[in-house]
Amino acid sequence: MQSVHTMSAYDEELKYLSKRIAAMGGHAERMVEQAVAALVNADPGLAQKVIRDDAVLDEGQREIDDKAIIIIARRQPMATDLREIVGAIRISADLERVGDLGKNVAKRVVAVTDGRQPTSLFRGLEALANLALTQLKEVLDVYASRSVEKIGFVRDRDDQIDAMYTSLFRELLTYMMEDPRNITPCTHLLFCAKNIERIGDHATNIAETIYYIVTGEQLPAERPKGDKTDKIGLSETLPVK
Amino acid sequence: MTDLDAEQRGIAQTIATRLWNSHWLLAAGIVAVVVVYALAAISAYVVLAALLLLFAAAMLPVAGARQSAESGAAIEAIGLQRLSGEYLAAAVADPLIIFDRTAIIVHANAAAFAAFGGIAPGMSLSLKFRAPEMQALLDGVLSGDVASDVIDYTEKLPVERAYRVSASSVGHATDLYVLVFKDQSEARRIDRMRADFIANASHELRTPLASIAGFIETLRGPARNDPAARDQFLQIMQSQTGRMARLIDDLLSLSRLEMKPYLKPGTEVDLRETVDSVIDSLGPLARENSVVIERDYADGPLDVPGDRDELFQVFENLLENACKYGQSGGRVVVSIAHSDAGSEPGIDVTIRDFGPGIPEEHIPRITERFYRVDVETSRTQKGTGLGLSIVKHILTRHNARLSIKSEVGQGAAFSVHLPTH
Repeated sequence: MQSVHTMSAYDEELKYLSKRIAAMGGHAERMVEQAVAALVNADPGLAQKVIRDDAVLDEGQREIDDKAIIIIARRQPMATDLREIVGAIRISADLERVGDLGKNVAKRVVAVTDGRQPTSLFRGLEALANLALTQLKEVLDVYASRSVEKIGFVRDRDDQIDAMYTSLFRELLTYMMEDPRNITPCTHLLFCAKNIERIGDHATNIAETIYYIVTGEQLPAERPKGDKTDKIGLSETLPVK
Repeated sequence: MTDLDAEQRGIAQTIATRLWNSHWLLAAGIVAVVVVYALAAISAYVVLAALLLLFAAAMLPVAGARQSAESGAAIEAIGLQRLSGEYLAAAVADPLIIFDRTAIIVHANAAAFAAFGGIAPGMSLSLKFRAPEMQALLDGVLSGDVASDVIDYTEKLPVERAYRVSASSVGHATDLYVLVFKDQSEARRIDRMRADFIANASHELRTPLASIAGFIETLRGPARNDPAARDQFLQIMQSQTGRMARLIDDLLSLSRLEMKPYLKPGTEVDLRETVDSVIDSLGPLARENSVVIERDYADGPLDVPGDRDELFQVFENLLENACKYGQSGGRVVVSIAHSDAGSEPGIDVTIRDFGPGIPEEHIPRITERFYRVDVETSRTQKGTGLGLSIVKHILTRHNARLSIKSEVGQGAAFSVHLPTH
């Protein structure tokens, strides 16, 4: 992975950074997974656990920042090493945001599951969460294997996530129009869906950072057009069935 | 005193063994000396000196012999070490990973490669297994706080898997550690399946059951003496029971698929033959819907690794949908083509209909269980809402992708990308 330095302590420090990133990634994945599970199974206990766990990620980010600054000051890194360290700072910031978004989903569990909601409401959200989590998992796997040539999947899945989010947006609007009592839970679910979609975006950011770390070049800029919910008006929603 | 005794006895023993070890040589020497004494006239003192020299020589340790014996043992021990390392790991059916004290993978057996794609010697374990409990397990064993530890580890994506993972150090001071994964997915899944099946079945079976119950009530009451209505009601009831039976079949096959998320490796499927037999088996349905099925196959061998029965079901479900929902287009095109685009080479099977198409907002959702684009059409076409969900499940197991392209009014194309690797 890294080239050998005369000072093995330096290598140790760089390895420690990537190990901390992986640990943060594992925590972030677990938090999002549990937040969605808490939502789908109406489990406030699990939601509380997710909210508490966020502190671990905050702590992780602070530690990586400190360590990275110290390494830069002490070792004057160049080329790959410098990219590795700056990349670690950026990835940890993205992972910390993923944790926050997961926490926000968990916070809404009580409000959404207040009344009894039909399971069909959650099915779409679960599918969206699975897509976003797969994205995060595969990106972090690339961080482990450094095989950036496979990074093309990131853009494909980003498109899928956006399409799924747009579809979910329409569906939730339809439910709200059907029955005003649905407005409260559906609004919360809309925010949950938005949060999960953002998690996918952060995963894409991480992928771009990894590409930069490994190749020293930016991933060619052809950002997908994003979700289309900004264009959905009342007349565009589905007829109530 | 006893120590000295033991030492003396030890020395005596060594002398005895050394003498014994070279008794042939000694005997030959004595004979030679005696012969020389008899033939040549040498003085008895010389003979005595020669004999003493002989005995002294015999007492010297037989260094050469001993050394060769020792090195033989060493070679054998190295052989055993090799054996117990790689071969033993290969002989273990569960995923097994050997790693060093910096958590770098040293060796992973074939089962580990099959279960966790993308691992290679030299890769960091803590980067690959990021779950908090795995990190804790690795830290615990590597720091030497515990000699060995066991945890439960689950992976949610892409298919749910549960393992009991044990980590422990190998031998004494080898600086190597081993991670063994015991698959618990099946037990876990059976539990889940039961719960899922009941939840899904009760929800989806309620509608047809309610309508049957309603008709029975009518038949016993107001329609008791109305043969025309009775006939009509019985027909509706029959179609409802048919729907329930299909639903249960689909739910069962979905549950079965979820039970065994991995594919047995090593079997090859001939796509041309499989797709042809799907088309044959759906001939009656196509004729009934007056749809013509056209074929467009690439040349050359069209083999992919996979399970024939499962892939048959994939193409059957897709083609059935195309015939039913694309009926108005009058034709369905089935094409098989090599595709080298993207990161992995493979074969694309595309089933294209020319019906009304699927509105864009539904496309990402249609593989969800019980998701229906149009509830009414699905009912009349005897859909259960599970067909594409089954397709997606099977394709995930095959490491394959389903992509759907459609424009309203232009028909829909379902494309299955199967990697050939």
